Amino acid sequence: MALQDLCGFKDSFLNSRWNFPASHRMAQEDTSMLFGKRTRDISSRGLSWSNSESPLHLYIPAAEYLSESPIQFGQINPNTAPYHITPLHQDSTLPFLSFPPGFPPSSSPSVPLPFPMSHGTTTLAFMFQGGVIAAADTRSSCNGLVACPASQKILPVHSHLVGTTSGTSADCALWKRILARELRLYQLRHGRRLSTAGAAKLLAHMLHPFKGTELCVAATLCGWDGGEVETCPLDRLYYVCSDGTRLQGALFSVGSGSPYAYSVLDGGVRWGLTVEEAISLAREAVYRATHRDAYSGNCVDVYHITSHGWTRRDREELREERLWRKVGQNLVLNLHLSCFL
Amino acid sequence: MEYLIGIQGQDFVLVAADNIAANSIIQMKQDQDKMFKLSDKILLLCVGEAGDTVQFAEYIQKNIQLYKMRNGYELSPKAAANFTRKNLADYLRSRTPYHVNLLLAGFDETDGPGLYYMDHLSALAKAPFAAHGYGAYLTLSILDRYYRPGGIPRSPSRLFTIPLFYCPPSPLSRFILNLPSFTVRLIDTEGIHDLEKLMPVGAKLLAPAPSS
Repeated sequence: MALQDLCGFKDSFLNSRWNFPASHRMAQEDTSMLFGKRTRDISSRGLSWSNSESPLHLYIPAAEYLSESPIQFGQINPNTAPYHITPLHQDSTLPFLSFPPGFPPSSSPSVPLPFPMSHGTTTLAFMFQGGVIAAADTRSSCNGLVACPASQKILPVHSHLVGTTSGTSADCALWKRILARELRLYQLRHGRRLSTAGAAKLLAHMLHPFKGTELCVAATLCGWDGGEVETCPLDRLYYVCSDGTRLQGALFSVGSGSPYAYSVLDGGVRWGLTVEEAISLAREAVYRATHRDAYSGNCVDVYHITSHGWTRRDREELREERLWRKVGQNLVLNLHLSCFL
Repeated sequence: MEYLIGIQGQDFVLVAADNIAANSIIQMKQDQDKMFKLSDKILLLCVGEAGDTVQFAEYIQKNIQLYKMRNGYELSPKAAANFTRKNLADYLRSRTPYHVNLLLAGFDETDGPGLYYMDHLSALAKAPFAAHGYGAYLTLSILDRYYRPGGIPRSPSRLFTIPLFYCPPSPLSRFILNLPSFTVRLIDTEGIHDLEKLMPVGAKLLAPAPSS
């Protein structure tokens, strides 16, 4: 199968290191090269700075569901299946992520849409003077029901590259990991990090053979090339889609809630925004989209990418915000009424 | 949705393409360049299905450059057009056909200017003027009305003043879609020249995206 060849999964059973994941994570072997086995940074997941002094240091973050062996992804290893199903998050202090083994796709709505917008999500990303902001909701839907209200749609690829995902969750998660692997290989072979433009081109070319199949990945790659000084041109934001589109731009929103988000963003995004303004604008855009779009909702994730790498804002529940706004509106209404009396 | 136009003059070829990259009802990008430089004097304008355009155009572009590296001289526009047509035709009856519509414009030292029209079924025709897209329905009749082989004015702004864009009501103002800007390039004996972007009267351009 093309995908197995690409991922090299059929070799993984022979490699003994994969067979001893979670419980044997400590020690002797060098885990710095293995994906998904970095444990030292799990406690500081909420606010992960990357200390990259030299361009060769590539910190590959392990999201919660990657803290186990990648064999979790739909394939059962007959030797260690019983170990894995139970505590997925034994080391994690962050309870929000639930990851059932057969992750249902996030698209395929049951009501016919007026036009084909089958990516059931709202993700957005834009550039400004303080770097790049990426924001997304956290609802994964499947055939009209919410499969997971707390999924993670912004996946870090490496210390200076973050990708928002839209389309089929499983496809996006898999291809992000493949991209991370290829970027790491590039870095080892060539001694420097591949630029965001290069990463976008790589992903587009990797997805091209699957064009016309059911694979559905629509990602925006947000990254920072170079070091502290802004020497490179400002192409830090790329939109890559599995139908082959690859666009460089300063503002993108992807998903079924994207038209709502676009309207809010187009009115507010300027180059001179401060970081706080940009973050609140991103949250506002996602909030408005989740208000109107049935397939977006629950919480919002915001990532901020600068020359130091990406930082993640704590996940925020939008329901409370909605309640506060309602209370605020009622207060305003009462004030108005009291003025007239 | 997308629009390409090419006009051949006595000693130049003028080509223009719109700048919109769209995804269903949303304009994702308003400054997309749909022209690919195949060589110093050959431009390929490519529209069609989302990923196929860039993939096919870059494939042709790299192969033309490879030919130059291997053989030391560049392909003529006619040869490049036929090479493109052959590739498109070969892929047409495969599992992965490329759904692209092309205009190839070039200047040859011996043959002079040339404009080649190619559609997604890999039909190739050398034409004095050509257009692709829904906008073609609106503009081809104007070109038929005003085109004279020897009489195309050298200055492009005057050319476009007469039929196409500046003179309201311009034909494209009839089009239901908003195409706010067009990239214009001119190829003559000295090579490819970038002309200023055309922003037709009455078209609305979104506030420019933030840039440094």
